[in-house]
Amino acid sequence: MKMITALVRPGKVDAVKTALVGLEIVGMTVADVRGFGRQKGQVERYRGNEFTVEFLTKSKIIVVVDDAKVEAAIAAISEAARTGEIGDGKIFVTPVETAVRIRTGERGASAL
Amino acid sequence: MAVAPSAGGVSTPHAVFDRWRRRFLAGVQDPQLRRSAFVMMAVAAGLLPLLGGAAHAALPKAVNDGADTLLMLIGSALVLLMTPGLAFFYFGFTRSKNVLGTMIMSFFLMGLIGVLWVVIGYSLAFDTGFKSPFIGGLGGMWMNGVGGTFGDPPLADGFNLSASSFALFQGMFAIITPALISGAIVERVSFKAWFWFCLIWSLLIYSPMAKMVWGGGFIGPFGSIGAIDFAGGTVVHIASGVAALVAAWIIGERTTWPDNRRPPHNVPFILLGAGLLWFGWFGFNGASMFAAKTAGFPFLTTTTSASAGLLVWCLIEWFKDGKPTAVGAATGAVAGLVGITPAAGFVYMPQSILIGALTAAACFIAVQIKAAIKFDDSLDTFMVHGVGGTIGALLTGILAAKTLVPADYFPLSAKILEEGGNAGLFFAQLKAVVFSYIFVGIGTAVILWFLKLFMPLRVSEADEDRGLDYVAHGEEAYDPMTN
Repeated sequence: MKMITALVRPGKVDAVKTALVGLEIVGMTVADVRGFGRQKGQVERYRGNEFTVEFLTKSKIIVVVDDAKVEAAIAAISEAARTGEIGDGKIFVTPVETAVRIRTGERGASAL
Repeated sequence: MAVAPSAGGVSTPHAVFDRWRRRFLAGVQDPQLRRSAFVMMAVAAGLLPLLGGAAHAALPKAVNDGADTLLMLIGSALVLLMTPGLAFFYFGFTRSKNVLGTMIMSFFLMGLIGVLWVVIGYSLAFDTGFKSPFIGGLGGMWMNGVGGTFGDPPLADGFNLSASSFALFQGMFAIITPALISGAIVERVSFKAWFWFCLIWSLLIYSPMAKMVWGGGFIGPFGSIGAIDFAGGTVVHIASGVAALVAAWIIGERTTWPDNRRPPHNVPFILLGAGLLWFGWFGFNGASMFAAKTAGFPFLTTTTSASAGLLVWCLIEWFKDGKPTAVGAATGAVAGLVGITPAAGFVYMPQSILIGALTAAACFIAVQIKAAIKFDDSLDTFMVHGVGGTIGALLTGILAAKTLVPADYFPLSAKILEEGGNAGLFFAQLKAVVFSYIFVGIGTAVILWFLKLFMPLRVSEADEDRGLDYVAHGEEAYDPMTN
């Protein structure tokens, strides 16, 4: 099992969700987060004064998938979240020791 | 303070009183408050007998045009709404951890000044007992006499209001004026210092200013300078603006200023606040006509100037930065309203548009200067109210129409206009502005320096970092775990 953590533009969450569901990957967690990478921040103006807002809002999508589906999931997320502009986000993949479904106590891939 | 164990058998009246006093004080947490609570109780008890006098004054069936009085009552309600409106206008600019701290600085004054005005503030502004051109008297304490025929000659001439509606209306101005000051010092001022500052400032600065301009005193048309101020360009806006400037200077900048400042945390509420202010300003300026038949005129100049201010501020941003902003629209409208305040009944419509436009432009420039010199007037109170009030007061001198400044109501000002024209009136206005700056500026500084002897004016750096909502009030505006 692998955990895929994708940081994407907030406006792309729905597209990513649809793409993953299309791969029969069901279940994910989404959080609003703030951060910056190469995109840096954005400049806002209030009463003519500039404020540089370094931390921009992104959506963090966490999804755990079976090893066999990892590459397909990465491709689906990348395609759904890409605009080609700086600031499209990142995907991180990390190993997962086990998973437990709380309701039934199932373990491993069948708990996903 | 621990509650003393009740010594068995002692029940002299003094012992009983002492026991109750200790029980009461045991509930007071702040040690310094505990010391002063007894004094405050004693003062309050000492004032109570005066209530007897007020009962006698609640008489008169005389006077009054119903429509004029109704205008004042509606105006009072409108102006009252400006204070919570201002709280919204202000807190939108702050960080989300200082929302309640900012709002309550305005909202609380509906309590503090609301009581103070009835007890003594009104009397110091509009009683004539001291026979002084600078301060009223004590004869109107507890609103004593507002039941009688309105005012004393010559001010009473021509007005058909009930005195109670007049006193109420003026009280709403007394509430919002110190509330305006809060914008310059939010996010770091100690609430205790704010409490005492407002109490003292209202009595020693606001009431004398109201007396001098509107109460037949030194600055106004029955006094020595002969300046005209329709609805509070000097009394409200210059006074609060200058006090804000001085307070921001003495209290000092926020620890996050200027390198770690944040953009406004809630712009929609800034717009709601500006909308409520505009709505309330119909009462502020419109009802200051004191006559229902002619009040449509200042209603119209008021909204015209606000529209012009909004438009000009947005156009400036559009040309300069490429985008008109929502915060700019709100600020421009308020600037236009401030500018027309001293002029609302004295100028015609084209002039009111000009005043709104010029005031908004001047305030915009002032805000840029403030940012350039890195002075932490946090929410631009001086830059909008001080500068706007000044520009408005001076433009009133230049643009006032002779026919709108009748000699029965404004004898000295009408005489100045007759003899010296608008240039003469301009210099009268200038004198009034300079006098107000000096009086309010020095007075505010003295009050703050005096308070500094007894208490810190601002919270600690750690408390500022934590946020005033929790530190000063034990509440949070937005609980992230409300499910």
